[in-house]
Amino acid sequence: MNHSPYLTASPSVSVIMLKVLLALVPGIVAYVWMFGSGILISLALASVTALVSEAIMLKLRSRPVLPFLFDGSALVTAWLLALAIPPLAPWWLIVVGTLFAIVVAKQLYGGLGYNPFNPAMVGYAVLLISFPVLMTQWPAPLAIAGAKLSFIDQWHYIFGRMLPAGINLDAISSATPLDTLKTQLRLQHGMAEITAAPVFGALGGKGGEIVTGAYLLGGLYLLQQRIISWHIPAAFLGALALVAGVFYLIDGTHYAGPLFHLFSGASMLCAFFIATDPISGPTTPNGKLIFAAGIAVLTWLIRVYGGYPDGVAFAVLLLNICVPLIDANTQPRVFGHKK
Amino acid sequence: MISKIFKFNGGVHPPENKLESTGRPIQRLGIPGELVLPLRQHIGNLPKIRVQPGDQVLKGQLLAEAEGSISAAVHAPTSGMIVSIEDKLIPHPSGLPDMCITLKTDGEDRWIPHEPVDWRQRNPAELAASLRDSGIVGLGGAAFPTQIKLRPSGGSGVKTLIINGAECEPYITCDDMLMRERADEIVKGIEIAQHLLKADNCIVGIEDNKPEAEKAMRVACAGSASKIGVAVVPTLYPSGDARRLTALLTGIEVPSSKRSTDVGIQVFNVATMLAVYRYLEHGETVTSRIVTVTGNVGAPGNFEVLLGSSIEFLLAAAGGALPDTNGLIMGGPMMGFSLPSSKTPIIKATNCIIAGAPKLFPEPPPAMPCIRCARCADACPVNLQPQELYWYARGRNLEKAREYQLFDCIECGCCSYVCPSDIPLVQYYRFAKSEIIAQDKAKEAASLARERNDFRLARIEREKQERAQKHAQKAAGAKAEAGADDAKKAAIEAAMARAQAQKAEVTPQNTENLDLAVQAKIADIDARRAQTEAKAENKEEQQEN
Repeated sequence: MNHSPYLTASPSVSVIMLKVLLALVPGIVAYVWMFGSGILISLALASVTALVSEAIMLKLRSRPVLPFLFDGSALVTAWLLALAIPPLAPWWLIVVGTLFAIVVAKQLYGGLGYNPFNPAMVGYAVLLISFPVLMTQWPAPLAIAGAKLSFIDQWHYIFGRMLPAGINLDAISSATPLDTLKTQLRLQHGMAEITAAPVFGALGGKGGEIVTGAYLLGGLYLLQQRIISWHIPAAFLGALALVAGVFYLIDGTHYAGPLFHLFSGASMLCAFFIATDPISGPTTPNGKLIFAAGIAVLTWLIRVYGGYPDGVAFAVLLLNICVPLIDANTQPRVFGHKK
Repeated sequence: MISKIFKFNGGVHPPENKLESTGRPIQRLGIPGELVLPLRQHIGNLPKIRVQPGDQVLKGQLLAEAEGSISAAVHAPTSGMIVSIEDKLIPHPSGLPDMCITLKTDGEDRWIPHEPVDWRQRNPAELAASLRDSGIVGLGGAAFPTQIKLRPSGGSGVKTLIINGAECEPYITCDDMLMRERADEIVKGIEIAQHLLKADNCIVGIEDNKPEAEKAMRVACAGSASKIGVAVVPTLYPSGDARRLTALLTGIEVPSSKRSTDVGIQVFNVATMLAVYRYLEHGETVTSRIVTVTGNVGAPGNFEVLLGSSIEFLLAAAGGALPDTNGLIMGGPMMGFSLPSSKTPIIKATNCIIAGAPKLFPEPPPAMPCIRCARCADACPVNLQPQELYWYARGRNLEKAREYQLFDCIECGCCSYVCPSDIPLVQYYRFAKSEIIAQDKAKEAASLARERNDFRLARIEREKQERAQKHAQKAAGAKAEAGADDAKKAAIEAAMARAQAQKAEVTPQNTENLDLAVQAKIADIDARRAQTEAKAENKEEQQEN
């Protein structure tokens, strides 16, 4: 009873983060269904690493441990990172990535609320640059894989790099559709010929498009719960579809169509879960539109002309740098001030 | 009449909690043994005391008279004897005592002779001047002297009158009940205001959670000869803020640096209109008001209570505060403040008393860091960026805070209300505002001191030269004639007079456009300032000597 307003009514930070985790669940279920249960192991590894490293860092920084540990933000970072890297990579890969995300990108910058860069994307970029080969060993969708691994087999592979007798790496892994597209286009193949490959599905990659669809579902839940506003998903998906669509119309044999871009790689994850990170993103409505459209254009450029198959992580980090500039120049008109 | 309702950004819809106090009609309370009347019950100058301890006074008698242009009079709410004039605890967020007149009541409630004013026949300027003695201030809670707002303005003039019956804060229902029960008198007050301001249009704005009040006002307005419209606005806090309500009803945003009258609009609270009616039609000054007593009390309701009655007295009438009460709020839960004591009196600005309890207003959890979610920006009715203002206020980057229009913040509390990190944002803004004001004052004082120091150095230099000159003259010998000396003195005096005239010429005052009274006041202030400066100079000289 000390000062007004005496009323508050809003979900706490923990509740917001919990809802984000909840919104990721359909995507995870689809992931397990399409690519096997290995992802659950990476999610668990990332979660434990994130919580332990967050607790140690909070202790070292003399901050209250429990309230910050239970704010849920470390888990969100861990899950996003786990969902972004190949699930059958050796166990230490996700541990290193999560450690970098939590310790360097988040806690060393001041912890919750103070990180200028999206921690999960920092972790991802560090791994991609340091361990490029491991980062491109994606499991083949179960529907077309040469062999299927049981949960125990996956466990052994993740922790000991041991495959059951008679199964080699090629049987269980495959290049992603974005990767395939890039290499095949370099080999002067046409779009129709490339997308006839088994790894392609109806919209994006086989299996991957289902997972992406599930992310979209989770994202719509976040919108409905008003955890995120429409600006970033709409601007990201709109700009990506626009730029892909324009080039597809100009030259359909060398550029993939907008639907392919929307349902491949990390597009949906980015639109609803990564670019919408409030801490490292802009706060003004127009700023959000510019930010998300910028990420979309950069993502498309990196996918089409860059050295990496997907460009979401770098695009997000580059736009994170621009946030102060974007915010400063998109201040809305204050009530009673000139238009 | 169906009028278009516009929108403003943001706003919030907290639980209304209004039904608790609207179950019973307004109850008129009796006369307590003692009334404590703070002189400061309004925005502006402290009024001048016109009574002494020991004086017998009648109900409605002037106790303190409006002083200067922005001020309001204080009257005796009932008959009795003045027992003391001293500092007492008043209902103010600071919790500091201030000058109060204490009246021991005699229970007879004898009125001073008072007469209605034939306002239809009197000229508006004269009427507005007579309102100076009415003691009427904005009864919605802002307590700005009403006589100033009712003064007929020259030039552009007020075209639209907005009557604020929105009452958007949760818990408060005094205006709601007043409109239900005394709509006719409110409308008569509005007619007077229309007459005084020559305002052609008038809209009464009421939130859609008060259907009974709306109906009563519609009936009363239909019975009026004047054209008065009733508009229903959606229940959305803070639609009762004058500028927000103006925007809702007219689509006009009053420019940040201007007053609503600059765009031809004047806004009054419904209770204020009723007070104007009581004064001009019945000659009654402000002696009581309606107060909502609600929250953690036995029998919430609305009470018509004499000004100066203690809050304790009022709480007792509402069934008393329940045992787990842990504080009292004056005003609403969004913008009100915690009272320092239940012994403080009811004043003109007291629209609501809420007894607080942990179950009604739980202690917020410790603040977490801002996660830049911008829910505050979505909720801000002024369309500010509260998260940026917070950042700058916290980092004491006050210039930036000002640049991001900190002073447009109305402290409505919407940002804190929606903050998932439970940051006391409004507290940060109040702090930053007071810091900036203090800095500006210090800056002003420093530049004044520098000016005076420069002047002093120049004077010392001049005196030195004069002395040197004198010595030189002396050295030149006594042969010089006395007459020559006089001539020199005369020449210096003339030069000084010229310099002074020049100085007076180059300091424009921008006073030509002001009315005579204000000009006279400025001249008066200038004279006083010159006097104090001269005094200070003298002192300085004495110290030097």
